[in-house]
Amino acid sequence: MPSKRIIACLDVKAGRVVKGVRFEGHADMGDPAELAQRYRDEGADEIVIYDITASAERRTIDYDWLARVARVLDIPLAVAGGIRSCEQAIACLEHGADKVSINSPALERPELISEIAAVAGSQCVVVGVDSRMIEGAWRTFQYTGAANTIRRTPRLMLDWIVEAQERGAGEIVLNCMDQDGVRGGYDIAQLQAARERLRIPLIASGGAGAPSHFADVFLQADVSAALAAGIFHSGAVSIGDVKRAVRGAGLEVRL
Amino acid sequence: MNVAVIKLGVGNTASVMFALERLGAKAVLTDDPVRIAEAERAILPGVGAAAAAMRLLDGGLREVLRNFSRPLLGVCLGQQLLYEYSQEGGVAGLGLLPGEVSALEATSQLPTPHMGWSALRIERENVLLEGVNSGDYAYFVHSFVCPVDDATVATADYGRAFSAAVARGNLFGCQFHPERSGAVGARVLRNFMGLPC
Repeated sequence: MPSKRIIACLDVKAGRVVKGVRFEGHADMGDPAELAQRYRDEGADEIVIYDITASAERRTIDYDWLARVARVLDIPLAVAGGIRSCEQAIACLEHGADKVSINSPALERPELISEIAAVAGSQCVVVGVDSRMIEGAWRTFQYTGAANTIRRTPRLMLDWIVEAQERGAGEIVLNCMDQDGVRGGYDIAQLQAARERLRIPLIASGGAGAPSHFADVFLQADVSAALAAGIFHSGAVSIGDVKRAVRGAGLEVRL
Repeated sequence: MNVAVIKLGVGNTASVMFALERLGAKAVLTDDPVRIAEAERAILPGVGAAAAAMRLLDGGLREVLRNFSRPLLGVCLGQQLLYEYSQEGGVAGLGLLPGEVSALEATSQLPTPHMGWSALRIERENVLLEGVNSGDYAYFVHSFVCPVDDATVATADYGRAFSAAVARGNLFGCQFHPERSGAVGARVLRNFMGLPC
């Protein structure tokens, strides 16, 4: 059996790691390559680098700093941000990413998922979904990197993740926006509902504030991995603390 | 230490190249059968799908690899290509190892692909896994598995046991990604690079 994965996400803006609350307001947290290595040393199972403004600014990530991080990192690396063509996805893989995560461009043009999966394999394609409950349903959002670009889409989260899976996604990152940055725990109900629809791995995102939140989401929503950013950057919680809590709850983790 | 990393179309070969660079190896990424045939050792990394990879091997690479007498390491799909046949796309592999590559069954408890860190179980001593112990974790990303037989040197479990690493003569394989498996993976690559050729 695989161990439950703890994923450290680096939100990058203008080449620096930043920390945001509810997608607004950012503080500088340091250099992406240095932070990625620090999290690797603390026991992160995977690193995601997310260029948070690329999609809203209609550009893709900077391949040079991607390669700079990939060169020093010996654990899996996924990248996200403004990847809107198969060529850009391949360029990311050729610069050292193991997976590409696509979100807003996939909602614009869902064929992008199958196009990347066909040439690079499903295992390389992560579909990120930003979702929140409005009027009794979980609804998807695009361009969530900045307050002035964010917009709701007509797609319902549960329909969209199934479509992404059918189109060849290798895993889904479900970012539960109501919880994001608030540190009150993952959105268990939303993640449970998503998990029931999927046969590919589901990654929980948004809401981690304490080591016990990770154990809760693994036990209650049976996700394959849990992702967090802010709590690791501030040093409030270390990845080691999280892994000990998850193991303490009787789950397998890589220590 | 000279090694040819075989370029088979699209794939995250950069991470393999970076891992070899961190070990101080002199690695070239190439699809040139002549350069590969002359290399001290070769690595066949994992790429997208078996059928596409086998097509790419048709341009002379297939014979070069079948006749390669120095250390050859297949990684992920690269290990699967060493076998006779893969259920993925129903294609013939290189046929260097007997048997068939089969699909992992997806269940509600076991999402596929198998993506994540799983514990290795050492089945047989081999120089490829020197310094690696049962219970050490390695990073896996795959939906198809190689049979467990006398070429198996380590297994891992995902619903059932499968070959996590294989070795026979000059042939080696790992289903996990040594380039992304931290210190354990670096040790496996260093062991491979240290093999006499």
